[in-house]
Amino acid sequence: MHPKSLKGSIKYQELSIKTFNMKELSISALNQSLKNKDFTSVELTEYFLKRIKKYNKDLNAVITSFDEKALNSAKLADEKIATGAAPDLCGIPILHKDIFCTKGELTTCGSKMLANFVSPYNATVVENFEKSGLISLGKTNMDEFAMGSSNETSYFGVVKNPWALDCVPGGSSGGSAAAIAARLAPAATATDTGGSIRQPAALCGVTGIKPTYGSVSRWGMIAFASSLDQGGPIAKTSEDCAMLLKCMASFDHKDSTSIENKRPDYVSKLYQPIDGLKIGLPKEYFSEGLHPGTQKAVENAIEVLKGLGAKITEVSLPNSKLSVPAYYVIAPAEASANLSRYDGVKYGYRCKNPVDLEDLYVRTRSEGFGEEVQRRIMIGTYCLSSGYYDAYYKKAQLAKELIIQDFQTAFSDVDLIIGPTCPSPAFQHGTKSDNPVEMYLEDVYTIAVNLAGLPGMSIPCGLVSKKPVGMQIIGNYLEEPAMLQVAHQFQNVTDWHKAVPGNF
Amino acid sequence: MSWETVIGLEVHVQLSTNTKIFSSASTEFGNEQNSQANEIDLALPGTLPVLNKAALEYAIMFGLAIDAEINNESVFERKNYFYPDLPKGYQTTQLEKPIVGKGSVPITLSDGVIKNIGIHHAHLEEDAGKSLHSESHRDGYSLVDLNRAGTPLIEIVSEPDMRSAAEAVAFAKKLHSIVTAIGICDGDMSQGSMRFDVNISVRPAGFSEFGTRTETKNLNSFKFMEDAINLEVNRQIRVLEDGGKIMQETRLYNGVTKKSQSMRSKEEANDYRYFPCPDLLPVHVSKEFINNLRKDLPELPENKKNRYKEQYGLSEYDANGLTENFLFAKFFEDSMQLFDKPKLLANWILGDVSSKLNQANITLKDSLISPKHLVELLKRIEDKTISNKIAKEVFEEIFEGKGNADSIIKEKGLSQISDAKFLEELVSKVISDNPNMVEDYIKTDEGKRKKKLGGFMGQVMQKSKGQANPQQASELLIKHLNDIID
Repeated sequence: MHPKSLKGSIKYQELSIKTFNMKELSISALNQSLKNKDFTSVELTEYFLKRIKKYNKDLNAVITSFDEKALNSAKLADEKIATGAAPDLCGIPILHKDIFCTKGELTTCGSKMLANFVSPYNATVVENFEKSGLISLGKTNMDEFAMGSSNETSYFGVVKNPWALDCVPGGSSGGSAAAIAARLAPAATATDTGGSIRQPAALCGVTGIKPTYGSVSRWGMIAFASSLDQGGPIAKTSEDCAMLLKCMASFDHKDSTSIENKRPDYVSKLYQPIDGLKIGLPKEYFSEGLHPGTQKAVENAIEVLKGLGAKITEVSLPNSKLSVPAYYVIAPAEASANLSRYDGVKYGYRCKNPVDLEDLYVRTRSEGFGEEVQRRIMIGTYCLSSGYYDAYYKKAQLAKELIIQDFQTAFSDVDLIIGPTCPSPAFQHGTKSDNPVEMYLEDVYTIAVNLAGLPGMSIPCGLVSKKPVGMQIIGNYLEEPAMLQVAHQFQNVTDWHKAVPGNF
Repeated sequence: MSWETVIGLEVHVQLSTNTKIFSSASTEFGNEQNSQANEIDLALPGTLPVLNKAALEYAIMFGLAIDAEINNESVFERKNYFYPDLPKGYQTTQLEKPIVGKGSVPITLSDGVIKNIGIHHAHLEEDAGKSLHSESHRDGYSLVDLNRAGTPLIEIVSEPDMRSAAEAVAFAKKLHSIVTAIGICDGDMSQGSMRFDVNISVRPAGFSEFGTRTETKNLNSFKFMEDAINLEVNRQIRVLEDGGKIMQETRLYNGVTKKSQSMRSKEEANDYRYFPCPDLLPVHVSKEFINNLRKDLPELPENKKNRYKEQYGLSEYDANGLTENFLFAKFFEDSMQLFDKPKLLANWILGDVSSKLNQANITLKDSLISPKHLVELLKRIEDKTISNKIAKEVFEEIFEGKGNADSIIKEKGLSQISDAKFLEELVSKVISDNPNMVEDYIKTDEGKRKKKLGGFMGQVMQKSKGQANPQQASELLIKHLNDIID
């Protein structure tokens, strides 16, 4: 029986919940169902709040859930939908990475330093979604101040990968990726400074996009490395990401690095065939260090794209080996200044009984920041110190220019660049946390995109030992529509994005 | 041995924009602590700066006023250090690419010679908040007020071109006159609107190499600056003549005790770890943008001075005095609209008005006197209702807000007596009461008699309670005395 024929029947509500598999519905289907009144936003919100309650103790993907507040927003959304004048996506629940400030709610950034911080204002991203009527369900776990690739640096504990609970979900947006993989929400926000959307999306088998730097406002998004940080959505599919990004991206006069031009149309190109699209495979991304299973899965995916009419060529990004070292100068340098404001004076953690000002600073910051954050502050401070600035910071900026050049040369021949998102599938907790350099190499394929300010996305393209593999799609500036299009066309003919980890 | 003093200045000028340099909070002075600090000024997580366009325009206007290069690309950098009144843990400022490049400011030395003081550059930056330390450190706390945090500043850095405290003060006053005339700073030094850091070194006269310099920070009056420089120059000479060495250090001058002390040595100086602020893109200004500001630039003190000399026939002294202080210049011009007597107005503004303001320790902006008040008073001198002397008395009352010229003259019965009959009787009485003075007058050579008139005038004024029209009275005295001689 078609669900719509149940409208008006007494058993409608009860039946509808049984009939619709809410957790597997796309954003577009949810949107349609809410407008058709197949079910209400309150029902949908209750459904996901229940799932969070049920599964979060296993996953630790969510730090705060907004239960009552979310239901109140859902009620308002239902009223708006009833008027027939509700904007697109009104009534759809969304989780926010705990790096986005949410008015009146805890915003911890995964740190002890901000474990008690209640933001008095909303991030523009949160504001954009709430204005459209999306329901903020809560805040997702993350690496402390977004510094990490495994979600093991969070003050609120490690996040588990829904595909293998003994493995990491990736990071820093590990909570958002794990939550989408376990279907705790239909949508989540995330941020990406060196791969923090794409790498966890890959390890958790979900779709995530980091748009062109300047597309999404950074107002209210707690800074790690300002010149690289960029927000984006994580969801089940490319189409979902496109619809979310449309709402999320906007010019914001409160962010001086926000692009003033109108954002491209992320959605309408999705449904066009990719026949004749030129795709480049960087040879440096298919070399030593790449897990053979990951390589195979990506190569198989490329065959699929070939079948859809894409033209595949090899390209070279000769300076990609500079990206990790350049990143680990620039990002810590900016972070060392960005994190100076956490000094125990105004808000956040303050050490007990400081004897003088220096003691207040030293103990507040030693006790409030975790090991990885302290390591990066020290690296950054060192790189900027008098006598070292030219050798590190200036040189890293030069490397960044070379990397930008590499991409521009490649994009003169191809429309998009495709490769693996990260070197291998999810690894077990604790296996890399004692070796920072090995952990930093997790982002070897993603970091260059941030340094160049380009858009990048990851989509699921296979499973290796029952763990997902991600394929990375990189576009030129503001070429998100083409990236989302190729991803959508791929998802049209494959089922990797539909795979759900067994226990969820 | 004779010594030469070398002085360079770093001048912090608070720009009089309505809002802060990177936030929309008000910059008004003197409100309740922390009431003018929004989420950006408090450096809440996730907040970002956006440059206030007015602050940029003001900085460019200053550059244009001193004929400096305006850099079409300038870059904000972060200067990192920890202090409780610096909420972000860094100050956003400019270093390698400041908005204003090289320029120069002419000063007039006491001998009338014009000397150009080089400007190395001027850059935009944000002010810090204020820390209020409790009297006794044992209280265990300090208070922080962030109302000032984020107030826009330009820091003007001079070349080491000054050779005495007097030159430094002349330069500082000239800068004050420029920034107030073009309206980018209220010039109120008591509220910290202009603050001076002075770099001082001495070297044996004739040497071309600079001596080791010290920096005396945060002087907020011309007087303190002059005293601090003289004190430091003498200290350095004393140290050197005793065979010692000058240490490169930062010093603090206490205007109350008139002493200075070392704050920190070069070794203790912070490594500020400057780097370009990634939250603010490089600032680009077009030629057109600059030209529009140039077109609308208010008249500069130097040009105004020359115009006053030419248009109103004022002396260098008067024209300079009026244009050095833009409030005086405005007062003068507003008064001229009502009463076309430039010399008389200049005398009064630079004389009585200025000295009353100094006595009250206020600026024209905060006083009750208006151009209308002054002109009403001067018109009563002009029409001989009161004498110049009485006018000074009336002015004091006006200055204190006790009324206008007419009401005070009336209330106190001060109007001048020009009644010929009354004066005739008065003069006759003074002459008949003082035969000795008359005899003395007659004995005096004709050419020197004028001097003797003062005694008679004193009596006339005393007997008329100062109200006799002095010119009429003196004419009558001469006439009557001449009648006796004849």
